Amino acid sequence: MLRYILHKLALIVPTVIGITIASFAFIRLLPGDPILAMAGQHGVSPERYEILREQFGFNQPIWTQYFQYVWGVLHGDFGISLSTKRPVIVDFLSLFPATIELSLFAMMLAVLLGIPAGIFAAVKRGSWFDQMTMGVALTGYSMPIFWWGLLLIIFFSGYLGWTPVSGRIALSYFFRPITGFMLVDTLLYGNWPAFVSAVRHLILPAVVLGTIPLAVIARQTRSAMLEVLGEDYVRTARAKGLSPGRVVNVHALRNAMIPVVTTIGLQVGLLMAGAILTETIFSWPGIGKWMIESISKRDYVVVQSGLLLIALVVMAVNLLVDILYAVINPRIRVR
Amino acid sequence: MSQTTTGAGPSTPDVKKLGRAAAFAEFWHYFSINRGAVIGLVVFILLVLVAIFAPLLAPYSPDEQFRDALLVPPAWEDGGSMSFLLGTDPVGRDMLSRLIHGSRYSLFIGLVVVTVALSVGVTLGVLAGYFGGWVDAVIMRLMDIILAFPSLLLALVLVAILGPGLFNAMLAIALVLQPHFARLARAAVMAEKSREYVTSAKVAGAGHIRLMLITILPNCVAPLIVQATLSFSNAILEAAALGFLGMGAQPPTPEWGTMLATAREFILRAPWVVTFPGLAILITVLAINLVGDGLRDALDPKLKRS
Repeated sequence: MLRYILHKLALIVPTVIGITIASFAFIRLLPGDPILAMAGQHGVSPERYEILREQFGFNQPIWTQYFQYVWGVLHGDFGISLSTKRPVIVDFLSLFPATIELSLFAMMLAVLLGIPAGIFAAVKRGSWFDQMTMGVALTGYSMPIFWWGLLLIIFFSGYLGWTPVSGRIALSYFFRPITGFMLVDTLLYGNWPAFVSAVRHLILPAVVLGTIPLAVIARQTRSAMLEVLGEDYVRTARAKGLSPGRVVNVHALRNAMIPVVTTIGLQVGLLMAGAILTETIFSWPGIGKWMIESISKRDYVVVQSGLLLIALVVMAVNLLVDILYAVINPRIRVR
Repeated sequence: MSQTTTGAGPSTPDVKKLGRAAAFAEFWHYFSINRGAVIGLVVFILLVLVAIFAPLLAPYSPDEQFRDALLVPPAWEDGGSMSFLLGTDPVGRDMLSRLIHGSRYSLFIGLVVVTVALSVGVTLGVLAGYFGGWVDAVIMRLMDIILAFPSLLLALVLVAILGPGLFNAMLAIALVLQPHFARLARAAVMAEKSREYVTSAKVAGAGHIRLMLITILPNCVAPLIVQATLSFSNAILEAAALGFLGMGAQPPTPEWGTMLATAREFILRAPWVVTFPGLAILITVLAINLVGDGLRDALDPKLKRS
C-alpha cells in the first residue's frame, strides 16, 4: 500500500512542477509590460515602476525569478495582493472554508440523491422511473448552472420569498470566525437564529452547485450497476435463491461502487469550476468569487497564486481519491 | 475500439468499401432504437436550420431598439404584445430575434472549438501513442498539467491574458478541451498499434505518416466521434459561462450567455429576459447530449451485445 502511495506521489511530481511553471509564466505572458498591465488605466510613476520591478524581481534573469518564486511558494509566500495589500495566502485561507462548506453540501446532496436514484434506475431498468430519472439526469448534466441559479432565485426568492437572494448569512449577524464554517461557527456561539439563517442561505447555492455532480453520479451509478448485475457472480447469487435485496445490496452494490468513487473524485475539479459561477450568482464569499473579482480588478498576483493554490488543492484531492480507490479495490494496489 | 474490432480488420480497400454502407446501416439501426437520440438529432437539425436562415426567420434585426417598447412581457402575459412574441429586453430589442441570431453564435462556437480541439488533440495523441517513449511522456505530462486546472478557471485566466472577446474565448476553450481528445486518441492508437494489420502495413513498407494517418487513425474514430459530440455541448456551455462572466462575447452581441449577463439585474422585475436565453442554451446542449448518448451506445461494441 505504501509503495502504491509513493508511486502515485512520484507520478504527480512532474505535474506539480508544471503547474508552478504555468502559474509563474502567467504574469509574464500578459501582453505588454506586466507592471503596466497591473497598474491598469491609472498608470504608474517611473519611481514606483522601479520599486515594483525590484519587488517582483523582474530585473533578474528568468531562472532566478522562477527559483525565487518556487522557494517562496515552498515557504508559504504566495505574494501580496495588489488590492487588499494582505498576503494572498491569508485571503485564501479566510475565504476557502466558505467554498469548502458550499462544495461539501453540494456533494452530499449529489451523493445522497444520486447513488440511490442510480441504483433504483438500474434495478428497474426500462421502467418509467428509470426513464424519468435518466431524463432528469441528462437535463441536469446539460444545465447551464448560472442560469439554473437565476431561475431558482426568481422562483424561491422572488416568487415564494422562501430563501434569501445572496450572501452566507443575514447581515444583522456578525461573528468572529472560529472555524470559518458558518454552520459550525453559529452553533459554537450557540446562536440558533443565526444558524437557521446560515442554512437558509446555503440551500440554493448548494442545490445549484450540486446539480451537475448529482446528474453525473446518478448516470454513472446506473451504468455501473447495470454492468455488475449482468455478471456471472450475480447470476450465481440469484440462482442460489438469495433475496433480490441481498443480491443488489451485498453482491452488486459493492462492486458497482468502485467506478462511482472515481467519478465522485473527478467531480472535485468540476466543483471548483462550478463554484466560480455559483459564488458569483449568489455573492457567496468564497474562492470562486475571489478569483473572478481579482481577474476583473487586474489583481494578477492573486490570480497567479489563486490558480496555483486551486490546482494544488484539486491535485491533492485527486491523490486522496486514488488512495481511497486502492483501499476499496485491492486489485489496483497489488499491481 | 471500432466497428471492426470483432472482424478480421479492414485489410483490403474493397472490403472496406463494401462494408461501409452496411456499417452505416448497422449504426443507424442501433442509433434509431434510442428514441431520445433521434429526438435530439431532430432538434439539432432544426437548430442548424434556424441558425442558417436566421435573418429570414427573425422578425426584426437583433440590434434594432424599440424605444417605446422597453421590457415588454411575452405575448401571453398581461401587457404583452403580439408584435414581440417573447417580449423585449431593457433597451427594447426583440427577444425572439436576438435568440434566433444567438443560435448562430452558439453553433459556430461549438463547431470552431471542436474543430480546433479535435485536430490539435488528435495530432498530439496520435504522436504520443505511436512513438511512445519520451515523446509520449512530454505530451501526456503537458496534458496532465492542463487537466490539473479546473477548465472554466483556466479558460477564464487565458481570456484574461488574451483579452475578453468571442475569438479568444473560443481559443481558450479549445485549449482546455483538447487534452481529452489527446488522451482518447493515444489510448486508441496504443491499442491498435500492435495489431496484425498494422504490422503487415509496416512490413509492406508504409512510412510513419501513412501508418499513423491512413492505417491506424480510421480505426480509432468511434470514441473520438463521441468525445467530439460531448465537447460540442461543453464548448457551448463554457462559452456561455464566459459570456455570462463578461469574458466571452461582448455586448451587444446576441450571444445567449452574454444576454444573460446583461439581463441579470432585471431578474426579479422582468424574468423573461433571463428565462429565454438560458432555455435556449439548455435545449441546444440537451439535444446535442442526447445525440452523444445515442452515438455512444451505437458505436460501442460492448453495449451492442446486451
